[in-house]
Amino acid sequence: MINTKVRIAGVELKNPVMTASGTFGSGMEYSEFVDLSRLGAVVTKGVANIPWPGNPTPRVAEIRGGMMNAIGLQNPGIETFCARDLPFLAQYDTAVIVNVCGHTAEEYVEVVERLSDEAAVDLLEINISCPNVRCGGIAFGQNPDSVESITREIKRHARQPVIMKLSPNVTDITELARAAEAGGADALSMINTLTGMKIDVNRRTFALANHTGGVSGPAVHPIAVRMVYQTAQAVKLPIIGMGGISSAEDALEFILAGATAVAVGTANFRNPRATLDVIEGIEDYMCSQKVEDICSLIGAVR
Amino acid sequence: MNPQKTMLKAAVCSQEQIADQIFSMWLQADSIASAACPGQFVSVYSNDSGRLLPRPISICETDKEKGRIRLVYRVAGKGTAEFSGCKAGDCLDILGPLGNGYPLDRCRADRAAILIGGGIGIPPMVELAKQLEGNVIAVVGYRDELFLTDELALYGKVYVAVEDDGLFQKVQTDFGGIICGTVVHGNVLDCIRENHLNADVLFACGPTPMLRAAQTYAKEKHIECWLSLEQRMACGVGACLACVCESAETDAHSQVKNKRICKEGPVFAAEEVVL
Repeated sequence: MINTKVRIAGVELKNPVMTASGTFGSGMEYSEFVDLSRLGAVVTKGVANIPWPGNPTPRVAEIRGGMMNAIGLQNPGIETFCARDLPFLAQYDTAVIVNVCGHTAEEYVEVVERLSDEAAVDLLEINISCPNVRCGGIAFGQNPDSVESITREIKRHARQPVIMKLSPNVTDITELARAAEAGGADALSMINTLTGMKIDVNRRTFALANHTGGVSGPAVHPIAVRMVYQTAQAVKLPIIGMGGISSAEDALEFILAGATAVAVGTANFRNPRATLDVIEGIEDYMCSQKVEDICSLIGAVR
Repeated sequence: MNPQKTMLKAAVCSQEQIADQIFSMWLQADSIASAACPGQFVSVYSNDSGRLLPRPISICETDKEKGRIRLVYRVAGKGTAEFSGCKAGDCLDILGPLGNGYPLDRCRADRAAILIGGGIGIPPMVELAKQLEGNVIAVVGYRDELFLTDELALYGKVYVAVEDDGLFQKVQTDFGGIICGTVVHGNVLDCIRENHLNADVLFACGPTPMLRAAQTYAKEKHIECWLSLEQRMACGVGACLACVCESAETDAHSQVKNKRICKEGPVFAAEEVVL
């Protein structure tokens, strides 16, 4: 009998595999392919205090071994989310992590307060790292002082434990991780996408209407593993590792580097059942390697 | 509204090139063939793991008896170039049927429809022409080479607009038998006007300027009109919000003025979308 259960800030997950925000909606579309109750958690697409229209199209482009996106955090706003998406997710036996976005501290707090009475919400993930919106998002995530202060402000209003989602678009991600820890964060998730640019040589213009976009997929995996490893040495907080996971091996690298849980994102677009393949692959690995408790793998490579 | 989607490994039954850069491929895809409606599409995945996004390709025809679908597509990049190299027996992962197709019930037996297709927007018109009960008039526009014209002629009258001078001369002499009325040197709307074509409903698929012209024409003439849109996609199932189009009204799902082409579309009522 193997144990795949892990805990993030006191919340038990049946396994360490969750979805990466923005790649899975609120689970409704992928529930045609995946029994959401098999997932450790569903992490929703970022939700703001009011509906956001997002960026102009084209919003995505393919790169070798990955993709770029500049969706611009389009979302239906917290009221529609609470009325439609949360009751949907509550039907499933999985943890629900709501990703929260905003342009200002007040907007983040408004969403966090609105969610405080929602029993279906287990954890909050605060997006201070989206590279595709002008104000808010990454503007908070690149400066240690602002990371600390927004974390503290959100913690003051949040009823659920708070995960701060970090940007890799910084010189030293451990500085930002320490700042989030100092501000009272309960956990970290990392990495958000890396800012990139693709040029369409035939049309001689930018591939994305936003000019720049966030790079994700297998191409970013080693960068993300390195950052998780460095951060695991720098802070005591549990880490949710993500970046280019499409197999159990990719996920296990994060766990061995120090992540307590992992998120599958871009791989869902290639394979709608990618999350389940990763879960099954981790179980197979544990059986064949005679690992009884997944927790014994967390940070085992030092 | 969306029927059951399945992901499967589809064997290529046949592949042929039917025009410059245009390929026709039949795939064995039983569950998709049985569920598919005209105007829906499939996501086709590369066998190269370095290319991870699916290519959305419209379904040209379905053979429900044999459980096959036909894709007619243009080689536009490395992914479609790979597909064009597939031979009978090769396999491709595909997901579908995706999106909502054309509303067939808007053209019952006593009504007439004009099917407007431009370039690589022509393929879905074949299955639509086949399945509509009413009178089918296909108006198709080509840039430099004809394809699928003879197949559309099996299910209705075909009118042709061409832009290229050389092709215009060639069509006059070589295709007399299957093309109705006057071949027009211009676009599909010119072709409708010059041939004095009328119908109860328009169904269109093609480049955005063509769709915009069809939308404007339908509004002026007070004709019901349905447009199939295209955009860069990632998930293909409505989760990632990559492939949105502007909508005239606030959309119930997004709560803003845009709709997901892969989920609410690709076929929209003309008045629903802003092009």
